[in-house]
This record gives sequence, C-alpha cells and structure tokens, in this order.
Amino acid sequence: MDEPVKFYQTGTFTVGNRLLPKEQRTVQASRQRGNALNSGHRACQGCGEALGARYVVDAALRAAEGRLIAANATGCLEVFSTPYPETSWQLPWIHSLFGNAAAVGTGIAAALKVKGRRDVRVIAQGGDGGTTDIGFGCLSGMFERNDDVLYVCYDNQGYMNTGVQRSSATPPGARTATTMAVGPEPGAPFGQGKNLPLIAMAHAIPYVATATVADLHDLEAKVERAMALHGARYLHVLVPCPLGWGAASHDTVRLARLAKESGIFPVFEAEHGELTAVSKIRRRVPAAEYLRLQKRFAHLFGEPGHPEMLAAIQAGADRNVRRFGLED
Amino acid sequence: MLKQIEGSRAVAQAVALARPEVICAYPISPQTHIVEGLGELVKDGSLSPCEFVNVESEFAAMSVAIGASAAGARSYTATASQGLLFMAEAVYNASGLGLPIVMTVANRAIGAPINIWNDHSDSMSQRDCGWIQLFAETNQEAADLHLQAFKLGEELSMPVMVCMDGFILTHAVERVDLPTQAEVDAFLPPYEPRQVLDPAEPVSIGAMVGPEAFMEVRYIAHAKQTMALERIPQIAAEFQARFGRDSGGLVRGYRLDGAKTVVVALGSVLGTLKDAVDVLRDDGMAVGVLGIGSFRPFPLAAVRAALEGAERVVVLEKSFSVGLGGVVSTDVRLALSGLVLHGHTVVAGLGGRAITQASLERMLRDAVAGKLGPITFLDLDWRIVERQLAREAAVRRSGPIAENLLRDLGAAAPRGS
Repeated sequence: MDEPVKFYQTGTFTVGNRLLPKEQRTVQASRQRGNALNSGHRACQGCGEALGARYVVDAALRAAEGRLIAANATGCLEVFSTPYPETSWQLPWIHSLFGNAAAVGTGIAAALKVKGRRDVRVIAQGGDGGTTDIGFGCLSGMFERNDDVLYVCYDNQGYMNTGVQRSSATPPGARTATTMAVGPEPGAPFGQGKNLPLIAMAHAIPYVATATVADLHDLEAKVERAMALHGARYLHVLVPCPLGWGAASHDTVRLARLAKESGIFPVFEAEHGELTAVSKIRRRVPAAEYLRLQKRFAHLFGEPGHPEMLAAIQAGADRNVRRFGLED
Repeated sequence: MLKQIEGSRAVAQAVALARPEVICAYPISPQTHIVEGLGELVKDGSLSPCEFVNVESEFAAMSVAIGASAAGARSYTATASQGLLFMAEAVYNASGLGLPIVMTVANRAIGAPINIWNDHSDSMSQRDCGWIQLFAETNQEAADLHLQAFKLGEELSMPVMVCMDGFILTHAVERVDLPTQAEVDAFLPPYEPRQVLDPAEPVSIGAMVGPEAFMEVRYIAHAKQTMALERIPQIAAEFQARFGRDSGGLVRGYRLDGAKTVVVALGSVLGTLKDAVDVLRDDGMAVGVLGIGSFRPFPLAAVRAALEGAERVVVLEKSFSVGLGGVVSTDVRLALSGLVLHGHTVVAGLGGRAITQASLERMLRDAVAGKLGPITFLDLDWRIVERQLAREAAVRRSGPIAENLLRDLGAAAPRGS
C-alpha cells in the first residue's frame, strides 16, 4: 500500500485494487486518471451503463493516448450525460440519431483516414436498442466494411430511456412495459433473442468480446485488446439497470456477476470469427439466484409461479455452459 | 473544357473538381451513374485524397456523411426517391447539426406503385428539412450548381441539395463545359468547419436541447436560409464573373416583358415551356416563364417582383400535395399575397408522364383565354380514373388499383381471361 486509491472494489469475487500490485490496478484506481465521463451526470443511482461507459471510455482514451472521438446513439447514455449546455464528456463527442452511431463512427473514421490522422481513434457506442434493433443495419454495414471503429454496446436488455420497453436483447420471460406479466405466458416471449456477439463473430471482424461491469479488470483489458487492433471491433457489455430490472441500486455489480456465474451471460473473446478465450465460471449458481433479485422476473416465482419458464431459462444457461465451455 | 457527356457523369466530374474528401455511395435509380462516376475517379487515383464508402443504405449514407462532415471532411452523397425518404431522419439531422453536406437528388417519383421515372415528389417531401434546395434546368446548370453548393453550404454551415430531373437530365448526353481544377480551386476554398470533432479541442455535438433554446436553434436555421437568399445570387454572380456562365440564382425570367400570363416552374421542364411560350408569343399572346432556381430558401420577394405585372399566374408542378393540390403553388401564392390576379395550379409529369410541348401550348392557350381551372392535372386519363372509382364503389374487393387501371388501358389482359 504505497499510495491511497480513489476507488476500490471489495467482495467475494473481486480482488480489491488495494490488494493488487500497482501495475495490475484498474485505470480507475489511479488518482491521476482521466475522467472521460465526468461525475455530475444524471444517471440513476446504481446505473450499470454509467459505470461501464466510464471504464470503457477511460480505458480507450488511455489506449489512444488521449486522441479519441466518440459517436453516441440516442439513449440513456446520451441523455443523462449531455443535457446542453452541460456535458460530461471530456473527449470530442457527437450524437446524431438513435440508429446510426456505427455509421457516424464510420464517417469519422473515413474523415480521419483521408486527413492522414491515423493517431486519432474512433469509438461508437449505444445501448441494446440502438445496437441490436434500430442500429443493427448500420452496425452490420460497419462490420462488413471492416471500418476502423470500436463499437461498444451497453446492454441493459431493454429500452430503459423511454420507460422500459422490450428490445430484441430483452431476455425471455422478462416483464417490460410492452411485454407485461399477464396471460398464460407472461413477460417477453420465449426464444433465444438476438445474440449480437455471435452475429458480430459471423462477420469475422478482428475482435468481438463480451464483458460485464462485475469484472472491471476484464472489461479494461478487453478495451485495451480492442484498441490494440484496427478494423471493426465489437464489445458487448452487460450493464444491469436498477430501474428497468426492478433491482436494488446496490445490486448492480452483484447482478452482473450472477449473470456470468449462472451461465446466462457467457463472457468470452473472439478474433476473426473464432472463439479465443472464455471467462470460466468460478462458482456455478442456479439461474433462479440471478432472477430472484429482479422484479422483472417476479412473476416466475411464488404461487402459482411459472416453474416451466424457470426451467427453460435454466436450460438456456446450461446450454451456454456447454456451448462455451464455461466450466472446467 | 467542352464535353459531350451524360448529365450524371458531368455532375460526377464537377463534384470531383470540388475535391470532396468523403463520398458515400448507395445505388438507386436514376442516381447510380453519379456515384459510379465518382467511384471510378477515386479508384483510379484521379480524385485523391478521398474516401469512397460503399454503404448499406441511404440512411447509412447520410449518417456516414454526418460523421465525416463533423470530423472536418468535405462530404458528398447522392440519392433519389425512396432513398431520400429512407434517409429522411438523417437529412433533418444534418441540417440541425449545421453540417454543410452536399447531396445530389436525381428527382424521381415516390411509390407505391413503384415507379422509377422523374417527378419532384422526393425532394419536395423534404421541403421543410432545413437544407438549401437548388434546382437545375440543364446539365450545365447541374454541374455548375454543385460547385456553388459547396461554397454556399460551407459559408453558412448548412447542407445543400442540388436537384436535377432523373433520366431527363441525369441520363441525357449534352454539351457541358467543365472548368479546370485550378479555376475551381480559386473559386472554392477548403472546408473550414464551424465545429469539429478534434481531440485537441473537445466539443460535444448534437446533445439534447430543451424548450429554453430549441425554438431559437430552429430560428437560426431559418435565418441562415434568409442569408442564403442573399448569397445565392452573389455566388451565382461570382461564378459568372469567373466562368462566364449564368448558372443558378434565385429566379430567372424568360420573355417576361409585358407578359400577362406567366408560368412558374422548376427544373428541366423549363426548356419545353420556353419553346411553348415562343410559339404563343409568335401568335401575339403576352406569355412568359419564371424559373425558380432556389426552392429553399424560397425567394418570395424575387417571385413577387417578377410576377407583379402579370394578370394570370400558372404554377406548373411535378409534385403533388395529396388532399390539397400544388406544393410550389402554396409558396407562390404566399409571394403574391395581396395582389389581385388569377392563380392556377397545373400538376404535370408525375411518375415520368411526358410533358409535351403540344400539351403545354394547349394549357397556355386555355390559361390566356381564362378557361383554365384552379387545378389541372395535365394529360390525366379521366376515363380510367372514373372507371376505377366506379369499380371501387361497386365492389369491396376490387383488387390492386394500378393493375385495374392498366387493364382498363388495355395494357393487361382482363381479369379471369
């Protein structure tokens, strides 16, 4: 302990910064760190997206040696960080529309290329609605052309900014404002949803990774890996939303961890379409342990409850464990 | 340099002379030859440095142009018809962000039924989007207007659409005089953005604005258009001084001296109209033509000044506000408010329907004789319209309209045969 740290983590599954050697600490542990997304923004208490975005952009900014431009889709991140004349962004930042962050990123990258600015890097970011739904075409185009943009999806599994409606990333069974917990099959229809990390891999782009805000070392390492590469790169970060998930603000990191430890959200890396690394589950937990903390799944429990839906969700988690080899 | 060249290729070469740094390309008829021409120039190295981005949709095309323009690159794209409608959200966004993107619109009808031929429905649908809209009468004007568009848009930080009639101009081989690179470089300075995404001086562009300033932001867009109203004729005059051609400007009159009946129109139909007017003038009728070169900003004062002496004004439109009538007519009537004269709307040429000189002459003679109604659909086949309306009144499941009309025309076999 040779210097005081500004932020540190505690808990069962994380190793606090204060216990780590200096070189292994997160960017956030440094008192001299930049702050790409300044405090004072209007995110909800316990917002997973604010946490994820701060780590992602800080790490990307550091990797780019301060020369980074961000394109942002419409959504929570845009709204809570930039009500003019205030802005939390300490880097050049543009918001255009909901569905075009990837294409705006492409345009910025094209402009930088034509001007010979290979030193300036581009990041495009959006929530799951702007990424898996309305911005999907632009994102796929950016992948296909292999444009030199790192696209980051902050996945909170719904349209939280507009009042918690279903997106194509909303998990099966979840209650949202447009998939109410009523009728014989309450919540979002059962199915696998749109798995964007796998779709990104199918484009054979240089780098695809998933991460959660429960493991910020891992998240930063993936940003650094992505920034070391050129071409189209995709990072999918699970960011629990206390408001939309009906969870306690202090459970954000815990939920992200349980999503991974249950197998519901596999954490992995892929390069050029091939899986290269998987974050193993340290202590397997039943899916119900993750679901029970969230009011959006409350209808699955209690009397009469929906044991068949719980079983289907558990089966999906088991399938992920087998498919990605999440257990030793 | 004088060339015998297709309109699209002339526009491609004019755009290349403006040294765009990012070009977004998505194919749609009748715009395709423009981006093909530019793609070739970028690929063979004659337009450099330039990034030619093949995108997956028109929405992406405008979005890439937005990103590139905000990062300080002179940006260009071209579209038409459904493509313009598909990118509409980004079209509004580009003007709201004050990005001086230049876009060619190869004017084409909007479906359904799908129709690739020319009218002005596409760009007119974007009437209120905050872009400057210039209309070309000839391919020479189309080429020249692009050079003026970059200058105008970049001076005012606002995007410019150059509209040219699809096929009629884009695919017509005509004589076009293209300037040299040195001449264009002297006319058009490099793009200097008002705001730029630069790590050395970070700015947040495009964030949320509440009720306290939104109206003012929109008003400034209007104020810019008012400034454009002054700059368009000045830039046209500067262009003429350098290149020796009168191209563009707000309005242009033809045989307006003593004209009692004046036809107002935009685009390539002006040529046919002028021929028709010549014939009527030979017959001793006091008719003239007013061409509108700038639809947005709309030159209210110039239109009023040009039409003040007329007794009768006919607005010939290649677009149609369904449920009302003419699109341009509304603006012309506003320009003429308070003046007592007869106003007529003539909707013509929708979906590529030929506008013949004979039809125009007939329409003009009717106008002069006071026999033209408030709204006329030039060369509309009333017979098949009435049959279809009767059919729909009689039979609930009467089938697709267009198919029925074609059957009535004898263009398809009768149903059940």
